[in-house]
Amino acid sequence: MSKTLPGISRRHLLLSSAAAFFVAIASSAGATIIKGVTPFKPFDYSPPETLGPGGWYFFTPQEGQTIEALVERLIPADDLSTSGKDAGCAEFIDRQLAGSYGTFERLYMQGPFVTGTPEQGDQSPFVPQQRYRIGLAALDAHCRQTLQKPFAELTAEQKDKVLSGVESGDIAFKEIDAKLFFGILLQNTMEGFFADPIYGGNRDMVSWKMLGFPGARYDYRDYVELHNQKIDLPPLSIAGRPEWKKRG
Amino acid sequence: MATKLPKTDVVIIGLGWAGSIIANELTDEGLDVVALERGPWRDTATDFNIASAADELRYSQRQDLMLRTVQNTITMRNNPSQTALPMRNWGSFHPGNGTGGAGNHWAGITFRFQPEEFRLKSYLTEKYGSAAMPKELTLQDWGTDWSEMEPFYDAFDKVAGTSGKAGNLKGEIQEGGNPFEGARSSEYPTRPLKQPYGPTLFAEAARNLGYKAFPVPSALISEPYTNSLGVTMGPCTFCGFCTNYGCANYSKASAITTILPALVRKSNFTARTNSEVLRIVMDSTGKKATGVVFVDTSGNEWELPADLVVVTAFTFENVRLMLISGVGTPYDPISNTGTTGRNYAYQTANGVQLFFDDKNFNPFIGAGAVGMGIDELNNDNFDHSGLGFFGGGSTRVTPIGAAPIGNRPTPPGTPRWGSEWKKETVKNYLSTMSIGCEASSYATRNNYLSLDPTYKDRLGRPLLRVTFDFPQNDLKMAQYVTDKVEEIAKAMSPRQIVKNPAKGSWNGGPYQSSHIVGGFVMGADPKTSSINKYLQSWDVSNLFVVGASAFPQNPGYNPTATVGALAFKAADAIRSLYVKNPGPLVQA
Amino acid sequence: MKQLSLTTVGLLVLMTTVSFAQSAREDSFEQIERGRYLSVLGDCSACHTAPGGAPFAGGVVLKTPFGNLVGSNITPDVETGIGRMTEEEFQKVMSDGIGKGGYHLYGAMPFTAFTKVSKADNSAIYAYLQSLQPVKNPIESNQLPFPFSVRTSLIVWNYLNFQKGEFKPDPEKSEAWNRGAYIVDGLGHCGTCHTPKTALGGDKNDLFLEGATLQDWYAPNITADPHKGIGSWSIEDLTQYLKTGTNRFDTASGPMAEEVENSSQHWTDADLQAVAIYLKDGRNADAKPPQPIAATDNRITAGREIYADRCSACHTPSGEGIGRLFPKLAKGPLVNNDDATTLMRVVLAGSKADGTHAAPTGPIMPSFAWNLSDDDVANVLTYVRNSWGNAAPAVSASDVAAIRKGLQE
Repeated sequence: MSKTLPGISRRHLLLSSAAAFFVAIASSAGATIIKGVTPFKPFDYSPPETLGPGGWYFFTPQEGQTIEALVERLIPADDLSTSGKDAGCAEFIDRQLAGSYGTFERLYMQGPFVTGTPEQGDQSPFVPQQRYRIGLAALDAHCRQTLQKPFAELTAEQKDKVLSGVESGDIAFKEIDAKLFFGILLQNTMEGFFADPIYGGNRDMVSWKMLGFPGARYDYRDYVELHNQKIDLPPLSIAGRPEWKKRG
Repeated sequence: MATKLPKTDVVIIGLGWAGSIIANELTDEGLDVVALERGPWRDTATDFNIASAADELRYSQRQDLMLRTVQNTITMRNNPSQTALPMRNWGSFHPGNGTGGAGNHWAGITFRFQPEEFRLKSYLTEKYGSAAMPKELTLQDWGTDWSEMEPFYDAFDKVAGTSGKAGNLKGEIQEGGNPFEGARSSEYPTRPLKQPYGPTLFAEAARNLGYKAFPVPSALISEPYTNSLGVTMGPCTFCGFCTNYGCANYSKASAITTILPALVRKSNFTARTNSEVLRIVMDSTGKKATGVVFVDTSGNEWELPADLVVVTAFTFENVRLMLISGVGTPYDPISNTGTTGRNYAYQTANGVQLFFDDKNFNPFIGAGAVGMGIDELNNDNFDHSGLGFFGGGSTRVTPIGAAPIGNRPTPPGTPRWGSEWKKETVKNYLSTMSIGCEASSYATRNNYLSLDPTYKDRLGRPLLRVTFDFPQNDLKMAQYVTDKVEEIAKAMSPRQIVKNPAKGSWNGGPYQSSHIVGGFVMGADPKTSSINKYLQSWDVSNLFVVGASAFPQNPGYNPTATVGALAFKAADAIRSLYVKNPGPLVQA
Repeated sequence: MKQLSLTTVGLLVLMTTVSFAQSAREDSFEQIERGRYLSVLGDCSACHTAPGGAPFAGGVVLKTPFGNLVGSNITPDVETGIGRMTEEEFQKVMSDGIGKGGYHLYGAMPFTAFTKVSKADNSAIYAYLQSLQPVKNPIESNQLPFPFSVRTSLIVWNYLNFQKGEFKPDPEKSEAWNRGAYIVDGLGHCGTCHTPKTALGGDKNDLFLEGATLQDWYAPNITADPHKGIGSWSIEDLTQYLKTGTNRFDTASGPMAEEVENSSQHWTDADLQAVAIYLKDGRNADAKPPQPIAATDNRITAGREIYADRCSACHTPSGEGIGRLFPKLAKGPLVNNDDATTLMRVVLAGSKADGTHAAPTGPIMPSFAWNLSDDDVANVLTYVRNSWGNAAPAVSASDVAAIRKGLQE
């Protein structure tokens, strides 16, 4: 009810914006029937699947350490940007694995699982959670065996060498295809580096600033015909950007 | 046991472009129409909220708007000697789901096919002689012609508000348009889009070499437009989150932005979403459909009786429903008998990448159909005498956007991680562009659709099996056109050119195109086609199957405008011929 | 069908001010059709037809600051409707605010406006209502808590707020102007939503049509004020808005969308024209706009960035909007009204512009409650309200917070 000017409220309808037609947004045992009016509900939106900051949702502390060490080498700190670790890539991967991606909830995972031709793509029965859990353990086992230390404790040079070996197939794991593991690790690390910061990576939009990508902007009408010109637009996240806050 | 619902005049399976066009036409005729859509209701403000629409991880990587493979997918193999395996994550193509279907996340490129296309086999044989026809190809005529198709292309353009410049207006070639297009009865409904730098540079270089560059016809429209149904769309803002994404500001033409607002208001139209059709129900003769059985999200089965069944569920599901429901004889490539599943084709995607040092393309400004194109290298627009192949490709620069998970080009040989990777990525991000050549895909005896013997969907029905590989014809064509595109690229003086023609076997992994065609093709001869020129089944006269499944082969053009035109064509036949006199409309 | 006594019929014929050549039988086809049109003009179904319910069978709950009232059953059911009501009694409802049996009606039934309706028109409405399908639907209209439930208190209310009397045309003005005035002041009861209210819920008559809040919507100023009202709208803008729900400035949403859907989209072109002419000739045509807040104000600079990122892609960088799709924010009267309730509501919850037959699109403003903080909403609205020729008071984060809380209850 109104708290500002006193006034007679005209109506309180059972549904908002009803029309003369009979509005049937009824559920009929799991089907939705639309007739007469296209549906509308106030406050309706389709939320992105995100998890809050802080701690690990999926990784154990030890796995978390290893992942941080991995993303730190895949995307090293240099004069172009901070490392993948400081950008939050490990946190990103952890959140993804804790969500629907981690269990391949949306994918067809019925058997039989058969290795096919290269053209037939990924036929592994392992979901991402397994690929990481098994892969990280296999990686550390390999490092302890050959270099007497787990991956996270190797020197930067050693880490890079191991990574190259896993990438090329020179290093093999018993429990899982090493190239399969490297593939998902690299893919997710890059996703974490370049995705919107709401997913836990790309902290402070570091990669977008590095590239000159303005982020989740939507109106370039005033810029489309500025040919061969640098456009300085501070990047925008789904969560907004610092310039939205009052200054002074 | 399915619960029976009250009978309706018409049931339409799938509420994308084709289903919405037909539903709107048939409700105008006074028929009661129920549309069943497997997926959810989609709405711009809720599903494509401007604050959440520009999300590359969600829509491009996790494919949020597309059909989930857990709900339905296909199995694939390159040839009949292999065992097909499931496509567990969409790679090569992106089928849609929900009202609007893939029409919500499409790129919006809206070419028409050319007049010769509708009698391609006869035309090529007449021009080059039957000895020149590669033996591996099974090209066919469509059973219709340009004069029958053009009014329906026009109707689709007027619903979608397509932006462009006519190249052939009533037989007169127009400056600035595509001189190879079939004669149009009207100019495009909205003017061409403004162009970013890349397409402009390409057009200039192409024109200097004698090509006629023109703006790519676009269903991302350039200016506000109220269409033939009274529905209004707004202008495209070049956000760069286009292909794979829904549009937040009503500027990408789709069923939800152009038809459903008017259609849903009609009292003789009902949509049921989250309703997946299991099969068409036939009477005891097998020659008449009595309705459909569908399942809701609780697993309850319902039977909806109808006098007329229209199938508009996308190529894959159209053909799978026909196979599951026993319409027509399944095609067998070995004996070369049967029709359901034959003449499956795709699109042959080629590209040339140009790395510059001294240019800033602002590649994040763009949209799926913003761009400039040339058509001299397409279909039979050039002389194929002695070349040893037929077909060609539509060549265009269409910067669709540069969201960086998927768009961070580096020269071949660049490491995929580490400092060197990062350096090359930053160096090339703003200064790289691509010329695409979306080329024809010609049907062969061994490329076909069938039911998989092993893999099933969650309801126990067999998945559709895709047996496809690029014919030698298409691979030769791909090399040829890509080399020609390279010449244009050279004229633009980049630092480095990388050619990417289609080669080797079709790989189901990397994205190429969602232009999947054939499997339930139209034609004049029931021995080699499944539907007549009105999209009516030869076997079941109260069944119309509409979509790109009707194409006997694919030219070097995007298919959606032709799908829209065929939908108007089928609806027109139902309205003006079928309802007056139900039964076969064409005597074979 | 009730039979009027001969004397009543005679009185009716004598007292008729509008001349019509047809028969005066109360159930003649033309009379009923005229009554039907008048009931659309007055949008009776808005309060007397529940959504999905039988026509005019009542049941619409009206939330007032004093408690709930429920629209009564005005089908001719003899037990629960107006089946036993005489035409004279109906006349008293409309002109005096007195119900059958002599009790006072609450002003939620806008008899303060309907008093202006002519006896001939009331007669036609009565004939139409009596021709409806009777529906058994007992309604207890008075659901106010004590002491408001005591109707005799309305005697005082009427004394303060009620000016009884039929509409008197102004001989200086055109026929169309008078017709417009008759509709706006009378059956159309525009002031019931658009006129600010006193503490007792009566109209502030000296501020006629200057805007009022109802249930977290703001019905804007529709005087001829060029800044806050419809002074800058042309006749065409007004008639198009009422007929289609949309014009180059704006699209109706919320309660006004329903008004267009149920009422004004069905008016004759002549009546639309008349109302437009009358409104354009309204008060405050010389009103001067206030000074806008300076562009350097830090609320404006923050709001500018938010607008560019979230609003511009639809409403355009210059606030011009797109006709029939995205409302024009530049110099839009709703934007310039002091009260920003509707603006806050629309940004937080989203809003659907109902499609009409002429304009079926029905675009939806997306909801930003999940994405913008109270501060963000306040700043972007302050920016919009003070850019491109707009000038209006700033919006505060606490206002936004209150609306957000109220809407989600």
